[in-house]
Amino acid sequence: MSLQVSDLRVHYRTLKGDVRALDGVSFDLADGEILGLVGESGCGKSTLGKALIRMDGRMRRTGGTVALDGEELPIDDDRRMNDFRFRRVSLIPQYAMSALNPTRKIRRLVAELLRSRGAAVDPAELESRMAHVGLPPAVLDRYPIELSGGMRQRMVMVISTLLDPSLLIADEVTSALDVSTQKAVARALLGFRDSGYVKSMIFITHDLALTHHIADTIMVMYAGRLAEKAPADVIVKAPRHPYTRLLLDSLPEVGVRYADRRLDGIAGSPPSLLDPPAGCRFRDRCPLAGEECGEDPPVTELAPDHHVACWKA
Amino acid sequence: MRRYFRRKLLVYGLTFFVAVTVNWMIPRFMPGDPVASMVARANMTQPQAVAAMRAYYNDLFGFDQPLWQQYLSFWGALLRGDFGLSIWLFPTPVGTVIADAVPYTLALVVPSVLLSWVVGNWFGAYAARRRVLDNTVLPIGYILTATPYMWLAVLLAWGLGVVAGLFPVAGGYSFSMQPTWSWAFLLDLLHHWALPFLSLFLVALGGWAIGMRNMIIYELESDYANYLSALGAPSRLIRRYAFRNAVLPQITGLALQLGVIVAGALVTEIVFAYPGLGSLILKAIQNSDFFLLQGTFLFIVLGVLIANFIIDIVYVVVDPRTRAGMAGADA
Repeated sequence: MSLQVSDLRVHYRTLKGDVRALDGVSFDLADGEILGLVGESGCGKSTLGKALIRMDGRMRRTGGTVALDGEELPIDDDRRMNDFRFRRVSLIPQYAMSALNPTRKIRRLVAELLRSRGAAVDPAELESRMAHVGLPPAVLDRYPIELSGGMRQRMVMVISTLLDPSLLIADEVTSALDVSTQKAVARALLGFRDSGYVKSMIFITHDLALTHHIADTIMVMYAGRLAEKAPADVIVKAPRHPYTRLLLDSLPEVGVRYADRRLDGIAGSPPSLLDPPAGCRFRDRCPLAGEECGEDPPVTELAPDHHVACWKA
Repeated sequence: MRRYFRRKLLVYGLTFFVAVTVNWMIPRFMPGDPVASMVARANMTQPQAVAAMRAYYNDLFGFDQPLWQQYLSFWGALLRGDFGLSIWLFPTPVGTVIADAVPYTLALVVPSVLLSWVVGNWFGAYAARRRVLDNTVLPIGYILTATPYMWLAVLLAWGLGVVAGLFPVAGGYSFSMQPTWSWAFLLDLLHHWALPFLSLFLVALGGWAIGMRNMIIYELESDYANYLSALGAPSRLIRRYAFRNAVLPQITGLALQLGVIVAGALVTEIVFAYPGLGSLILKAIQNSDFFLLQGTFLFIVLGVLIANFIIDIVYVVVDPRTRAGMAGADA
């Protein structure tokens, strides 16, 4: 078991009070597994990603534990967490295109970063990994500003995985890319896993269709909690949680004309996490909601590896 | 690259041309007749003698020619390095008068500009990371940078010079001394230099420190800084990157501020009766000394232009982005 997250609660301190961005999330990630993390904006998926590598100043862990390869991660101790960052847990950030210092040549940038972490650059290895994502070695002698956005992002992918981390968090890496580049990035990430550059991966996105292509397991989050987690095919073909179903219904299908049938979104919006209502948080938007939904639905394993938090499932 | 510098040189050339033209115009349209004042200084009573002298001076300085001819001969003389004769210190050539004053101004401006820039940047970057320092340095910096040069100069002269008696308040060196290359004289020079330097240095320091503090905070919140901390890079490395990137706009700022600083230096010199170009300008105006005024202005314009050009070159060396932009312009 590569990663074990149990009952993790992370709150944002604000002037109005605590925003419960993560409110008791538990899941496991096996060695070699790619987990697609899906949900609307504000559902807590990026918070989860951040919590696993670097919490910002407003974030507080209020409960739960995270263990990586059997060792507990000190996620709220910035200093101790440094030992794990990059070596054990690494990140491809949402802002990958602007993640490189514009005034350093890439070769020097990589060397300085590695040296600061007490590692040495293996030029042959670096170049072979760059070739893996289609970057010529000449890129090393360029400044980040001389590269296209896509090249910069691929360079960040290579840099982030240079120390073969156990866990890679890819946070919305495809959201700023065009469709053909998205495919290439997704394929490169799969390649990283298959070549053993990373052991397991959390792929955060709101693009369910793309996740389906690369993830082994998909976890759907809603309002700071887990809604449904199952193997990718199951989530797409036989979802049990009403939210997952509505999410899938709101995707356009190729070849279907929407002249007659309106493409449905999900009416309403997620509840405020400043003071969330009791019971199932999807209740107000759920077409199936009933009496029992006034109580928190427990996460139950309906079938092997198929976890759902819903009374009606 | 070559194209960039060619364009820059063209702009500087144009600026120089306009500056020289304006420079020629201003004294000629200023009220006051310099020849009349020189004739008056001779204390002559006979009208014939006065008329003869007037004709002599007019001829000497070329005031009897039409304006366009004066303009052309002005350029001609300029290109030969001839700035004419000073009226105030007649018949000393303007070039000599300026050459005597320039070392004082340079000794004042160059160290205060460079030191305030270096110290200000360093201090601002340091303050950005220390809350206590930030809360004290920032208000002081704002007060300093908002202070007019001459006002601070007057305060310093009064406080450290008159009240405390630590420094002399006027002149470039003591009246009792003759300029020689002796330790005693150099020490005396330094003693007189301290207060004007300090007033220039302090005012500029505040501005640089504030600018740097803001830039560092901005850089430390940038994406690359976040990425590096997510990868566990030590803050030493991140701060180094941030400092280097934050210095770049400060270099531009230096180019922009240069003219202001030079103007401030001139005013400060007047407050301390420091024998540099500033005092020279004042004397030239008081004596309607066209040629001296023109020569001094020209020298200042030239100095600012050259300094700006040097900063342009430095910027190209330190910021790869300007180089990339140039490569784009060439393509």
